[in-house]
Amino acid sequence: MSSRFLELAVVALIALTLLGCERESRRFSDSPATPRGVQTIRQSELQPGSSIPTSGPPSPYDDNAYAVSQGKQLFEWFNCKGCHADGGGSIGPALMDEKWIYGSAPANIYATIVEGRPNGMPSFRDKIPPQQVWQLVAYVRSLSGQLRKDVEPSRADHLFTRKSESSSPKSAPVSSSAPRDTQ
Amino acid sequence: MMGRLSNARFRWLAVGCALLAPPGCSSNHAAMNPAGPRARSIAELMLGFVSVSTVVYLIVSAVLVWAIARRRRAGTSDDWLQRGSSEQSNVRSRQVISWATALTVLILLTLALCDYFVMHGLSSRPTDSLRILVTGHQYWWEVEYDDPDPSRRVRTANELHIPVGKPVELVLTSQDVIHSMWMPNLSGKKDLIPGHQNTEVLLADRPGTFSGQCAEFCGLQHAKMRLMVYAEPPKQFAAWKQAQLQDARNPSNDIQRHGLEVFESSTCILCHTIQGTQAAATVAPDLTHLASRTTIAAGALPNTQSNLASWILAPHRFKPGVQMPATQLQPDDLAALAAYLASLK
Repeated sequence: MSSRFLELAVVALIALTLLGCERESRRFSDSPATPRGVQTIRQSELQPGSSIPTSGPPSPYDDNAYAVSQGKQLFEWFNCKGCHADGGGSIGPALMDEKWIYGSAPANIYATIVEGRPNGMPSFRDKIPPQQVWQLVAYVRSLSGQLRKDVEPSRADHLFTRKSESSSPKSAPVSSSAPRDTQ
Repeated sequence: MMGRLSNARFRWLAVGCALLAPPGCSSNHAAMNPAGPRARSIAELMLGFVSVSTVVYLIVSAVLVWAIARRRRAGTSDDWLQRGSSEQSNVRSRQVISWATALTVLILLTLALCDYFVMHGLSSRPTDSLRILVTGHQYWWEVEYDDPDPSRRVRTANELHIPVGKPVELVLTSQDVIHSMWMPNLSGKKDLIPGHQNTEVLLADRPGTFSGQCAEFCGLQHAKMRLMVYAEPPKQFAAWKQAQLQDARNPSNDIQRHGLEVFESSTCILCHTIQGTQAAATVAPDLTHLASRTTIAAGALPNTQSNLASWILAPHRFKPGVQMPATQLQPDDLAALAAYLASLK
């Protein structure tokens, strides 16, 4: 009985350590792949078939707390806050709710940042290197609780305007472009 | 093989010498080589403390050695016990202990008083001083010369130019974590704390180049967060400030013009400022007069055109963990960009 417990404990410890490795790893000279389709400029919102592809490369930083907190810093540095506020939205849409106009998959968010979107979202093509775009993608996903709790930031460097990312509830993504006040 | 061995041996020898040498009676990063009255009072205080402590230490050691030798000479242990318990000896040892305690208290009080007066002198704020705002970042120093007229404010990074003979008030804060500013030739350490302003006064009484360093562990590249201080005669300082107030030089040839285009159309523009161009972001060092600085990346590399190119391409090779991302550029674009940056005198 006790040896079985010991075995379990050792396995759990190894699993925790391995998880921790990814959570803490700092990859400075990473060059993650760019999702397919992001290299071209899209001229129209109309297309036949499903509007938002949900497949694509997984986000390289979904399990990496360091990258998410870097993304949080870049969110401020690159003035994402200027329109999306602290995630609650102002002249740009909210990022901490369940609604996604252009898709919630990492590749969709990547494309949104790099290509820009109608009605104000600028294109950051060539202005943000792929590694930092992926860090921003991971952080944007953490805003609505799409990442693991222990990876999401648990505190802010500045004044708290809302609950921390790690203590806000996870919301199931819904494809919607309805503005907030029509709810 | 032999050559390599002797090389390695030489390196160890050099490291050993550096450790043993008294840390600086002439160095530009040494508390015992003060360059101003404030730093001098700290150095004198330190010298006083060390001298008194050394004398006390030698006296106590001598008495200890004497006591041990005396006990051995005193014959059998019975005899010594007998003498120790006698009335007369008790009175004498009590006297000695009282005198030694009184002397110790007196010495400590004197040292505390000296310390108080020096600290009191250091805490005084001069009325007519030059105000410089210093903000700590991971891992560089943002420097802004305050002026009532906003158009006469100078922003630079990782370098402090100060006029000799005029007190300088540094207003210290931090953008991210706690840093600490330490320029041993000019002042003690002072913390840079996010959301809080500390002040420190510098006063240089001779011209020179001094080195500063972050003295509070702030992250992976804490060690490569250096700062150069140039104490200059007032005229030279005024000329430097006037030059820094100008917009960046216009590119003077096609390569430099292309370099500016690359700067404005790539990742650089999202973080850096070059006055007189479209680049106006403030999260990274101001590059308006980059070529007038002696080092790049807070003292990590000498400021040369080839170092600039290497740095842009792979900053993490030189400072792993630095906030600047690697930038993939075509060789022609990179060369043009480096040529443009090197022209920003």
